Amino acid sequence: MGGENKIEMGTSENGFIKRAMVIGGGIAGITASIDIGNAGYEVLLIERLPSIGGHMLQLSETFPTLDCAQCTLTPKTVETGQHPRIRLHTYSEVVRVAGRAGNFSVQIRKKAAYVDWEKCTGCGLCQQKCPSRYPSEFDRRMGLGKAIYTLSPQAVPNKPVINPEHCRYFLEKKCRVCEKICPVGAIHYQQEDRLIEEKVGAIVVATGFDLMPVERFGEYGYGEIPDVIDGLSFERLNSASGPTNGEIRRPSDGRIPKEVVFIQCTGSRDPERYMPYCSRVCCMYTAKHARLYKHKVHDGQVYIFYMDIRSTGKGYEEFIQQTMEEGILYLRGRVSRIFREGEKIVVWGVDTLTGKKVEVLADLVVLATAIVPHQETKTLAQILGIHSDSYGFLTEAERKLKPVETNQEGIYLAGCAQGPKDIAETVAHANAAASKVQALFATH
Amino acid sequence: MNYLYFPGCTLYTKAKNFDQTARNCSLLLGFELVELPNWTCCGATFPLATDNLMALLPPARILARAKEQGEVLTTLCAICFNVIKRTNHLIQKDGEKREKINQFIEMNYQGDLKVLHYLEILKQEIGFSTIQERVKKPLNELQAAPYYGCMLLRPFEEMGFDDKERPTLFEEFLTALGARSIDFPYKIECCGSFQSVGTPEVATECAYRILTSAMRQGAEVIVSTCPLCTFNLDQKQSDILKAHLDFKTIPVLYFTQLLGVAMGLEPQTLGFEQNAVDPIPLLKRKGLV
Amino acid sequence: MKIELSREKVHNDFAKKVEWISGQNLFACYQCGNCTAGCPVAFAMDIGPHEVIRYTLLGLEEETLSVNTYWLCASCLQCSSRCPKGIDIARVMDALRMIILRKKERKDYIQISEFPEGFLEKVPQIAFISGFRKFLS
Repeated sequence: MGGENKIEMGTSENGFIKRAMVIGGGIAGITASIDIGNAGYEVLLIERLPSIGGHMLQLSETFPTLDCAQCTLTPKTVETGQHPRIRLHTYSEVVRVAGRAGNFSVQIRKKAAYVDWEKCTGCGLCQQKCPSRYPSEFDRRMGLGKAIYTLSPQAVPNKPVINPEHCRYFLEKKCRVCEKICPVGAIHYQQEDRLIEEKVGAIVVATGFDLMPVERFGEYGYGEIPDVIDGLSFERLNSASGPTNGEIRRPSDGRIPKEVVFIQCTGSRDPERYMPYCSRVCCMYTAKHARLYKHKVHDGQVYIFYMDIRSTGKGYEEFIQQTMEEGILYLRGRVSRIFREGEKIVVWGVDTLTGKKVEVLADLVVLATAIVPHQETKTLAQILGIHSDSYGFLTEAERKLKPVETNQEGIYLAGCAQGPKDIAETVAHANAAASKVQALFATH
Repeated sequence: MNYLYFPGCTLYTKAKNFDQTARNCSLLLGFELVELPNWTCCGATFPLATDNLMALLPPARILARAKEQGEVLTTLCAICFNVIKRTNHLIQKDGEKREKINQFIEMNYQGDLKVLHYLEILKQEIGFSTIQERVKKPLNELQAAPYYGCMLLRPFEEMGFDDKERPTLFEEFLTALGARSIDFPYKIECCGSFQSVGTPEVATECAYRILTSAMRQGAEVIVSTCPLCTFNLDQKQSDILKAHLDFKTIPVLYFTQLLGVAMGLEPQTLGFEQNAVDPIPLLKRKGLV
Repeated sequence: MKIELSREKVHNDFAKKVEWISGQNLFACYQCGNCTAGCPVAFAMDIGPHEVIRYTLLGLEEETLSVNTYWLCASCLQCSSRCPKGIDIARVMDALRMIILRKKERKDYIQISEFPEGFLEKVPQIAFISGFRKFLS
């Protein structure tokens, strides 16, 4: 799967392999890969999902410019997919790593997609005809997806995979519609995982982040109230390609919410119960969400419960102040509890600036849940022999002066795997990691 | 099977029906509550002032005396449960205070007694499925709203009774009896507690909010596990009526009274005369008496 | 409503006493207000529990000792169970009660003589035992 044309990899006289492996195909991994590829070195990009793009693909618009995320990202994913020196291994995972800088041996598991990607032309007929309907993970379970799927119509690579847990053939030995309909006979139910071995000289870890699940918060309903969602879910609601075609609607009954509550610091800055750290991006994306909602629902009221506003990037403070001036009500205080009462969600918060307890009967509640490292990052750290902290974020070699290096020569960090950051910071971080790789290669 | 039992001051007087029904039901379920000899008042509040050792002496004495008699102590009153369990926890954790307390009460208690609430015995030792099998008169889908209150659940690290945000133990119990348990958001909110003696209007308002919340979800009866909660929710309904003219009364029963109905005990033995809001009309309507 | 702060006023003896009796570090409170937001009786309080902590920390003994906040507290522990900084706010409320009740003049908050006729017979013992512990000196 993926282009396996043998490209001559550069080695120096003493056998130092000048080829990089980037683990993670989000904006960090893509940025690092393109940089290293443009510098003339070969890159293996390993991504666990069927296509690259990461969480940025799920976003609707990005702060502070409110540019369309797809429009910014798609040129990059296409560039990566077509780059002469980048080899994509999507739907794959790193299993084992041995060796040292200049000579890492890596074992990669390529997961069975049950589709022969060599034959597949990306025509999309199988997805059209598949009869299964399951809550789509990409749409945060607010919309239905198929058992055979690509993450989006512009997926790179544009080749589908079958999820055996949702597929009628795998569950009941029935259907086989995709096999019948495929014009090139690419469906291959007997496909198995494969292990491949590669050798690289440097590794960039860009495994990204996840959000603390809404199910963790007992005082907010343990994820059982359908109209209590997290930030990424709001992004899907706001996306034209999302489950509601970009209309802000309540997941429970599809009505347009008029009273919307955003709660910042859900699970962040909470040393006693959840994570002690600040997740860095929530103040900005909550303000963004509030504005995007107001642009679409003019007669709605937005309430944002916050403790502080962290808006340190260029243009961020102005963005926040503009948000307030558009009539979005910022209430300084936490929310102790939310629960369902009939069709409304009762929000018990406080406005510490007046000192008063506040109750809002909300139609929709969006929780800005804590940024946590991706689940597999901790295992990956052990496989690579690099340090991670108690939350699972990968540890940089020196907190101030070495933000992209690790305790292992030849292994570098890029993006949220090292700590929460926004897109601009992630790109800068990935550029830095790529430059370290290039410096490593240039000195051997 | 015998369980060493601490009744507490209220259970023999104002909440006699709670004690009686619990004892009668336990016999039907194969265990007996054996009163702890020489028991004294637990103090009714766990002292929150860290320098107040005197208030720890009564519960410590209870624990020490219980340990001389057995390994487990059970109680029905949620407040006593909270005070005794929290004292036990403190004695386990704070060696200096343990020393001082032991010196004062002239006993040697090391914090190794197990403290269980009657509901925990029903769940862990008897099992709700066993109870379901022994039910003679299933409760006919009676819409029962379990009211947990505070003292069973908080602080979670010390009480460990159930999830403090969304407990389900009581609901499982009611379902085993054939009732339909009604989940309502105020089931973990405070009834006002001792404010009925301090600032009674505040306690009245707390009770009003709890009862109306349950009724909005369709509750026909509130089920309680604490004599103080029962007082605030049951007896004080006359005060609620004065403050809120549109309020409709609703009966409040101890969980052991409902257990007694389900186990087929005679209604006369279930102490309904002590309930301020008469539950008999409701129970008659449901064909349970 | 201006207050003048100095190192004598901030975290003064009064604040330190509250911290001693409650065993809590008042500086740890970052004024998120979660306690007030979840308090079942805060609707009747002059100022919320988070404000009481703030007043205490700023050394405002007179104001702090004149509000009804901790007299309405029912020690339900909802505040303490949800505080993101792990502060046991219920203990701070109790400490303030104790400070007033332990003063030399020994003034009770409730007067038993003022109870209506037959009240004590109706109320369960646990109510007045705990009530007396919280309100009598």
